[in-house]
Amino acid sequence: MNALSVLLFAAATLRITVPYALAAAGASLGERGGVVCLGLEGFMLNSALAYVLGAWYLHNPWLALLCSMLAGVATAGLHALVTVTFRADQITSGIGINLLAAGLTRFVLVTVFHSSSNSPRVPGLPGVPLGPLADLPALGPLLETPLVLIAIAIVPAAAWLVFRTPFGLRLRATGELPQASAALGLAVGRLRATGVMLCGALAGLAGAWLASEQHCFTDNMTGGRGYIAIAAMIVGKWHPAGAAAACLLFGATEAAQIALQGSNFPSALLQALPYAVTMLALAGFIGRATPPRALGTPYDPEGA
Amino acid sequence: MSGTIVSMRDVTRRFGPVLANDRVSLELRAGEVHALVGENGAGKSTLMKVLYGLHPPESGTIEVDGRTVRIDSPAAAMKLGLGMVHQHFLLVDTLTVAENVVLGLEHRPLFASFSPADAEHSVAELSRRYLLVDPHARVSALSVGEQQRVEILKVLYRGARVLILDEPTAVLTPQEVDELFAVLKDMRDHGTAIVLITHKLAEVKALADRVTVMRGGRVVGGGLASELSIEAMAELMVGRVPAPLGARAARVPGEPVLEAIDLHATDARGLPAVTGVSLAVRSGEIVGVAGVEGNGQQELIECLAGLRAPSAGRVRIVGRDVGGGARAHHDAGLAHIPADRLRRGLVAEMTAAENLVLGNQREAARGPWLGGPALDASARPTLLEHDVRPSDPRARAGRLSGGNQQKLVVARELGRTQASAPRPARALIAAHPTRGVDLGAIDAIHRRLLAARDAGLGVLLVSSELSEILALSDRIVVLTGGRIVHETKPDATDERTLGLHMTGKSTLIDTPLEPAPASRAVPPDPGPRA
Amino acid sequence: MRFPSRPQLPLQALAPVAAVMLALLAGAVLIAAVGQSPLEVYGMLAQQALGTGYGVGQTLFKATPLLFAGLSVALAFRAGLFNVGAEGQMYLGGFAAGVVGAYVPLPSPLLLPLALLAAALAGALWAAIAGVLKARFGAHEVINTIMLNFIAFALVAWWGQSLFMTATVRTREVAGAATIARLETVLPWLRGSPANFSLVLGLLLAIVLGVLLFRTRVGYELRVLGLNPGAAEYAGVKTGRAQVLAFALSGALAGLGGTSFVLGYKHWFEQDFTAGAGFMGIAVALIGRNHPLGVCLSALFFGALAYGGLVVNQRVPADLVNVLRALVILFAISAYALFERAARRAPPKTVAADTRAHEASA
Repeated sequence: MNALSVLLFAAATLRITVPYALAAAGASLGERGGVVCLGLEGFMLNSALAYVLGAWYLHNPWLALLCSMLAGVATAGLHALVTVTFRADQITSGIGINLLAAGLTRFVLVTVFHSSSNSPRVPGLPGVPLGPLADLPALGPLLETPLVLIAIAIVPAAAWLVFRTPFGLRLRATGELPQASAALGLAVGRLRATGVMLCGALAGLAGAWLASEQHCFTDNMTGGRGYIAIAAMIVGKWHPAGAAAACLLFGATEAAQIALQGSNFPSALLQALPYAVTMLALAGFIGRATPPRALGTPYDPEGA
Repeated sequence: MSGTIVSMRDVTRRFGPVLANDRVSLELRAGEVHALVGENGAGKSTLMKVLYGLHPPESGTIEVDGRTVRIDSPAAAMKLGLGMVHQHFLLVDTLTVAENVVLGLEHRPLFASFSPADAEHSVAELSRRYLLVDPHARVSALSVGEQQRVEILKVLYRGARVLILDEPTAVLTPQEVDELFAVLKDMRDHGTAIVLITHKLAEVKALADRVTVMRGGRVVGGGLASELSIEAMAELMVGRVPAPLGARAARVPGEPVLEAIDLHATDARGLPAVTGVSLAVRSGEIVGVAGVEGNGQQELIECLAGLRAPSAGRVRIVGRDVGGGARAHHDAGLAHIPADRLRRGLVAEMTAAENLVLGNQREAARGPWLGGPALDASARPTLLEHDVRPSDPRARAGRLSGGNQQKLVVARELGRTQASAPRPARALIAAHPTRGVDLGAIDAIHRRLLAARDAGLGVLLVSSELSEILALSDRIVVLTGGRIVHETKPDATDERTLGLHMTGKSTLIDTPLEPAPASRAVPPDPGPRA
Repeated sequence: MRFPSRPQLPLQALAPVAAVMLALLAGAVLIAAVGQSPLEVYGMLAQQALGTGYGVGQTLFKATPLLFAGLSVALAFRAGLFNVGAEGQMYLGGFAAGVVGAYVPLPSPLLLPLALLAAALAGALWAAIAGVLKARFGAHEVINTIMLNFIAFALVAWWGQSLFMTATVRTREVAGAATIARLETVLPWLRGSPANFSLVLGLLLAIVLGVLLFRTRVGYELRVLGLNPGAAEYAGVKTGRAQVLAFALSGALAGLGGTSFVLGYKHWFEQDFTAGAGFMGIAVALIGRNHPLGVCLSALFFGALAYGGLVVNQRVPADLVNVLRALVILFAISAYALFERAARRAPPKTVAADTRAHEASA
């Protein structure tokens, strides 16, 4: 265990944390408005497929990135429709969205690519040339990945949005006491839906990262990351930066899992590691957190 | 100074079969405090909600500054200069005072930089002029009176010329009421029109310039506050001359059935709510606990009922120490009419029959079996006897009116105290037993409580209606700041004295408050129908 | 999770039907998108699934695990809990049954009941983990049950390494004494289909669940817990214990659902045999409105859909069924929410609405 391998492990952790952090930051936006965003897994999965489809048909990874963000927003829009407009149960909607994404992506995979397991190879996002920075050991190649840079920029931007803008103030008020916002003439539904769709956009970036790194879409490639990101958001107390930081724990776990692959540790049990860590985190070993007060409750204007 | 700002004419509003407002007309003038007076359900809150855009009127017109307007949302009302301070505050706990006030009107583009300091800056001037609340403070740290002033600030910030206050003193101590009235008078002198919705007539006399009295959805009288006596207003409100308190049969109470011994408890935030309370309720007596809500009553009740663990002290039921949850207290012989019937006392989606065994399900079950036609059959006589309407055991409890729901809960808990019950309860906690209930039901419930007491039940009555406490109790204790500060008997005191003890400070209100709706002479033998 | 209040009876039955119709409509759009005729595809589906004896048998076979999963999820919902872990519980249940059936040397009358018991216990224990975490720590049971699903699959893959027959992903065949007989032994017109007597067990359990929920004290307390936790506490229900119990029973039902495939069809445990039945159980429970009778009918419908989906595989990818399943969930909860609002607009008495509004905003 020398300095270089530690650095490599750190870089791997950071790299793996990117989709978690983007997703968790996005989820914190949606949930701050009062809408449970368990559909995160589905937002990411649809986005990953959208990236591959975009890259396949448009031959341009940046346009593909745009496609994946659009897919994320559209899927989130469906969640917003069911939970905000129809006021159905938010948790069940999230689960339904995830199941829908699982089935739909498989369906499209078979129909378009004639395979039930993976798509053909597509180009990933090109590295960003950074001159001398690229020579940094381990960190250099990491920083050249565009999504890493985007993530580093977006997480603080999300925090700023929530805590330092009028929009963020209104969003937070709506998540705590929507009746207060409504009595002051704010459009509760629109605020909540916006939060959810911002979540979808960030999830779109996360999905694009997954597909771009793998250069293809594989069946069910999100593998539960969406749920883990929600757990990170809870641990991070619904703060975009806190959530992203909590993701480092899960990123490190996944990096460790990969690093231990070759060793004697039974590989099947290694698979279980990230999920077990998530459960432990939720059980409060990392401290309790209070959610936004109106989280999970559909807002009914006639109730007032 | 007396230009008419708002004129409501022949406003009518229905809620299903109930006519909440029946051709009501009202005028609000600048620089005037107008009291809108009536009992629960008289239609005064509804009228103001119509004005504030929360409910559309079915017919009638509203004019503001001489122009006919249609107010279809609170936002529209606010634009016209109308502001409402709700009875239940709509404040976001986690935000500061300033953030709560400027929410929605930040004067900044939606995605521009905006910090809490910016909010405080906008609010500082207003806060300094009228009301002494620290804009920097987090709302969760404020007292109830201060929170109310934040609500008023919200309304002023939006340029309200008409301020509507819905039962503002319900949650205030008499001293806070004084402070509020001083602020309101100051605003009136600056030209604001103020509407005070209340059923407390002494306040009307203390503050209002003009009065309108409503009853059953209609305006039944009004005029200058200086020209109307409290008795006259009371008679208009209630429709009859209120009778004096009935004579009470002298009773000798038996052994203690419910005791709190040096009880200490904290509230949901971890702050001390009950500090060293000791009291004993004996068999055959009603002990009334008077006090403004928020002074530890809820926590005290929950400790006695087993719904909250005390931080120190003991609870004894029928002479035995009890710990553990609600079940242990129930089994020890305690019945409980909860303060919040919808959150605790009933399951709205279940039938009346199923609700009649809530809390009692172990006694009602035969072995492991519970439910079905047998349960319905056993429920029917109880529902009929307590005049629960409809008396269908299969009716969903959520579809009953508030009064009938309360009758159901009372029927259930009093049923447990009968000698014929499988394990008769010897003590009863009755928390706000007639809250939200119409007159006829109130009377019936009071009579049943007295009858149960006569049969040997020990009752702890907690209520925010001093009239109710005075009418029913054999002994009265005053709970303020989590402590018992005074103990007396009803014929040795009155509402004013009790009010004094509720803060220990002097108050503007120096005449008896609201008429006692339940103060008709109580016959010794309650009839079967209320 | 708040279980929505039920409107009047006709609306109650209408909403699930509407949800299913809408889902089928959306599915039709997908079918058309891949260039097939929806009418033809749905027609083929219905004809194959319900038109022949073999088809009916296959439908019943597919419906069996769905019935168990539906009952499992429905029971949890009734107690106010969301059991998304039925998939993992069923997987572990099937594994336990397969292992006991193949490796425990017990004589004939005892082996099958033991295998069934093992399946139920495995599911119950697995679900109870989530129950305890919720009761003790207030942890989010949705995420925990999902995590437990992943862990269950990982665990079985690990244990199976030593147990699997070489070059396959299955265990040794179970002893004859542990097999569940096929229904065709008494209903010959189901010829050749793998429908077996575990379906009968499922139907019996549906009846038991109905009796438990609506005619026993325990069921009453679970329902109160799910409808109004504050009232449950008031009524002396020990919330934590009730939640663990509800999860355990729910898990047991899911676990038993694995026996149809393992003991009644293949007679061995095979990796990934559940194929999403646990998740389908959510849709089954929702459409069945969490009532045992509704769940039975709902399971039958989804079973037909599942088998029919296999049959039309050449025309349309089989995942169409998974898409339909998800759409049903989304349409169902939307329909229920909309219907509930419509029912509530029938104005309640002023005081009750006022009080509720006050209580809600307090």
